[in-house]
Amino acid sequence: MKRRDFLQKTSVATGALTLSGFGLQSFSIPVKTSQITILHTNDVHSHIDVFGPEDGRNANKGGVARRASLIESIRRENPNTLLLDAGDIFQGTPYFNYYGGELEFKLMSMLKYDASTIGNHDFDNGIDGLYAQLPHAKFDFICSNYDFSNTIMDTHSKPYRVFKKDNIKIGVFGLGIELEGLVDKNMYKETKYLDPIETAQEMTRILKDDEACDLIICLSHLGYDFKENPNKISDLKLAAATKNIDLIIGGHTHTFLSKPTIVKNIEGKNMLVNQVGCYGINLGRIDFYFDSEKNKSAHGTSITV
Amino acid sequence: MAFKPFFFGLLLVFFFGCKEPHLYLTKIEGKQISISDSLSTNNEIEAFIKPYRSHIQKDLDSVLAYSAGTYTKSDGDFNTAIGNFMADAVFDEANPIFKKRTGKNIDMVLLNHGGIRSIMSKGNVTTRTAFELMPFENTLLVVEMKGTQMDSLIAYLSKSKKAHPISKLKLIIDTNFNVVEATINGKNIEDNNTYYVATNDYLFNGGDNMTFFKPNNSVHDLNYKIRNALIDHFKKVDTISPVRDDRFIQKTTKNN
Repeated sequence: MKRRDFLQKTSVATGALTLSGFGLQSFSIPVKTSQITILHTNDVHSHIDVFGPEDGRNANKGGVARRASLIESIRRENPNTLLLDAGDIFQGTPYFNYYGGELEFKLMSMLKYDASTIGNHDFDNGIDGLYAQLPHAKFDFICSNYDFSNTIMDTHSKPYRVFKKDNIKIGVFGLGIELEGLVDKNMYKETKYLDPIETAQEMTRILKDDEACDLIICLSHLGYDFKENPNKISDLKLAAATKNIDLIIGGHTHTFLSKPTIVKNIEGKNMLVNQVGCYGINLGRIDFYFDSEKNKSAHGTSITV
Repeated sequence: MAFKPFFFGLLLVFFFGCKEPHLYLTKIEGKQISISDSLSTNNEIEAFIKPYRSHIQKDLDSVLAYSAGTYTKSDGDFNTAIGNFMADAVFDEANPIFKKRTGKNIDMVLLNHGGIRSIMSKGNVTTRTAFELMPFENTLLVVEMKGTQMDSLIAYLSKSKKAHPISKLKLIIDTNFNVVEATINGKNIEDNNTYYVATNDYLFNGGDNMTFFKPNNSVHDLNYKIRNALIDHFKKVDTISPVRDDRFIQKTTKNN
């Protein structure tokens, strides 16, 4: 009885298959592609206005209103876009001194930032000063290696977040720099700093195995590289010591790169580390292309920078 | 029976045809886009910023005082007019706060030469001047120090070969940078006395190698930014005309 039903259904399916066209491929798996665009900034340091024409280094560069129009046009071209920041939003112009970061957060919300990690200068008005500005931020703060549980920031930052764009799951986690010796203890209070590599291992396990993410991005304020202090953890070190991270978006060292750096991770797979200087004078753009045809990826992922 | 696996195969195809196909990462492209004048300005954002900008500009450019001359931190070897001005201004503004809270007076002020971040130009002094002189958020602390700790502070200053701004301390060194005289309120520093030294959080925490403040359990945080002390001082005075004086000098004659 059951076997007969089964055979009948199968024959229907076969019939449909025959009617549908010329063979298996066109019916079964239509080729599907997807493009995810990641836009990023770091160390904007309250630079809201365009640099003046007299500026010695960055004349006529930057400006939030221009960044907004650029981001808008990229989103129009590809709605599957994430906008991220790697910390040090605060400190650097009187906008911060006068308004304590309110305008920075409001503008980032208007630009529809999806998430930011926390930089050392974001503690410049103390952890209470950061907390006080949170109502102005309509985006998430993601930091996986600061334990805020004994501070006012408890529950106000996330260890990771999974974004879904065009059915692609993008896992984002964040790493902050060691605050001791860099920021006055009175400012960060009982914030506990956790080891970045161990934290990254845990986060990538959760994002890859439990959340089944297709892409994993680390928002880092660790710094690109410390040549004079080779034992200090940096983005390049983190990249080489971990697996399953596709992109590290860095900050802190205000590093201007001519192009994103390709680094081999602990499994020998290529991944990217990027940072776009500082003060909002550049926007980083990384495009990830997905394809349902496995044979295309049989040769590995091609990286063009 | 022999064709059963074939049916299963068809079924799999059927089901997969209805589900989202798995996507594989095939290509990554990375680049950097310069935020330059070739980009258009988003008018909504610009309009949102405008009132904030106008308020800041107006406030920064409001005239608070007048500077009689142009003063720089390279004007003297051991003390400078601008450094004396800053240290004295900090004393004048911080001491009433400290006295009100503790009933005690600040005995001396110590800032650092590198902390003078710009010149002060002849002419109008504005809030912007305070931001230029002191762009950082450093706050004032008053540290309780024993006379023995003060010896380390004096030794640091005598060997530093820099005009670190001081107020209320008088220091004379010889040609070998040894201390000839160190007095506070005209009196020698006594080992067993307690001295209240106003400085900033950066120096208290060992900035500029000023390691003599620690260990210390008696620190009063005034929660008062140096920049705000300067702004408050500018508001109180009409004309700023500081001078280099004899608060820290080197005696070049051997017979003294």
